[in-house]
Amino acid sequence: MIARLIVGLVRLITGMTARWAGPSRPDRPCVYFANHASHLDAVVIWAALDRERRRRTRPVAARDYWQRGALRRYLAARVFHAVLIERHRVTRANNPLDDLAGALEAGFSLIMFPEGTRAADREELHEFQAGIYHLARRVEGLPLVPVHLENLNRILPKGEVLPVPLLGSATFGEPISLGPDESKEEFLARARQAVIALEAD
Amino acid sequence: MPHLDRETIWLFAGVLGALVLASAIGALLRWRFGRGRAAETLRNLNARIVSWWAMCAVFAVALLTGGVGSIVLFAIVSLLALREFITLTPTRRGDHRTLAWVFFVILPFQYWLLYDRWYGLFAIFIPVYAFLFIPIRSALAGQTEDFLERTAKIQWGLMVCVYCVSHAPALLMLKLRNYEGQNMKLLLFLVIVVQISDVLQYVWGKTLGRHAIAPHVSPSKTWEGFIGGVLGATGVGTAMWWATPFNVWQAAAISLLIALLGFAGGLVMSAIKRDRGVKDYGHLIGGHGGMMDRIDSLCFAAPIFFHVLRYYF
Repeated sequence: MIARLIVGLVRLITGMTARWAGPSRPDRPCVYFANHASHLDAVVIWAALDRERRRRTRPVAARDYWQRGALRRYLAARVFHAVLIERHRVTRANNPLDDLAGALEAGFSLIMFPEGTRAADREELHEFQAGIYHLARRVEGLPLVPVHLENLNRILPKGEVLPVPLLGSATFGEPISLGPDESKEEFLARARQAVIALEAD
Repeated sequence: MPHLDRETIWLFAGVLGALVLASAIGALLRWRFGRGRAAETLRNLNARIVSWWAMCAVFAVALLTGGVGSIVLFAIVSLLALREFITLTPTRRGDHRTLAWVFFVILPFQYWLLYDRWYGLFAIFIPVYAFLFIPIRSALAGQTEDFLERTAKIQWGLMVCVYCVSHAPALLMLKLRNYEGQNMKLLLFLVIVVQISDVLQYVWGKTLGRHAIAPHVSPSKTWEGFIGGVLGATGVGTAMWWATPFNVWQAAAISLLIALLGFAGGLVMSAIKRDRGVKDYGHLIGGHGGMMDRIDSLCFAAPIFFHVLRYYF
């Protein structure tokens, strides 16, 4: 209920339009990865999906950030069913890949922001963190859908609490997947380029 | 619900008749030429006509709820237009709080002033107080890159999308001699003349248009469309003189003025779109583009029409 309310509110504020640039939408669990500038990002991607897909899609978020404070904990656990992962003290015991692969195996798609953190005021995309590569290597044939979010950094920039009702959009691209002999650097550069390419459309 | 006199009912009937006629012509054209070269244009034409029905219905409902409904409707129109305008003209991080003030305080306050019938402040609030406030708030945010440009964009958006548009519902608070309680017809008159001018410019431009007026600004604005549209709208406005406080000649002159200003508004807003490299301000209204694409002509015509009425009638 609250989730639907938030989705409705975000759609209203951002006048959000979802565009599918590519013809195909994967029917198996996949990873949506996007540029990250605003708290609204995950909700916007979420809101852009149809209800059936939305029910089976979970955002991936940093545990340290989303465990701070009761409201954040509530939103992460109860509303968005976020998969919380460790950013800093990663050990063999709390390896985030286990949780992510587990969620995919359970039939959930994931929303990831490979830049790692929200970027402040800047135009181009940060280098991608390696997590998405390791996940793609671990889950064979995993489809990765690039998503470009437009204007969200202006609607609700980092450090602000009051969104301004400008128009935002989410462009979904053609899914990519890890090539057989692709190196980490090659793959991450290609994934990053896939998001940048959607910007031009 | 306000009192509906016979003249208002005739105006509504006229709009309804025009819509029915347009739909019939649209259906006829699709039946006759729907598979030919003009298929795309005809699809857009029919989408436009469907949107016209919806827009007229919303406008009629707002008018029939009286003053408050019209004020709320135009406040929403302003909000949607301003969001398209600011989305298109990039601002920076340092403007975020300024924009929050613009959207959540300045815009609603301007329309509250209308509701409160506080004309003195209504007339100067945005040109003076918001004008000064915006650069102050942005300067406090501390970001200086493109400062003048960013400030000017926000001020311009407010002037066009909020200040100018708010003069349309402001017609309802005018006190005219021997015309008490009938101001709704002035708003109808303005909107009908402005929009029929747009429609006829489109129709004449599509059918006879050959010579572009300002090819660098808008290839779709032609001399043929301009002359046909302005003369046609002047004719329609003149033919409505019986519903206004004007005599026939005054109605003709004022309709001509409204149509010319409407054309100018469309031209200026096209220049902005062209500079930003887009065709439409948005996708809100099927076939038409965004809200701003639909009301650009109203923005320029409304304040002048308001002043003509206020000072001469």
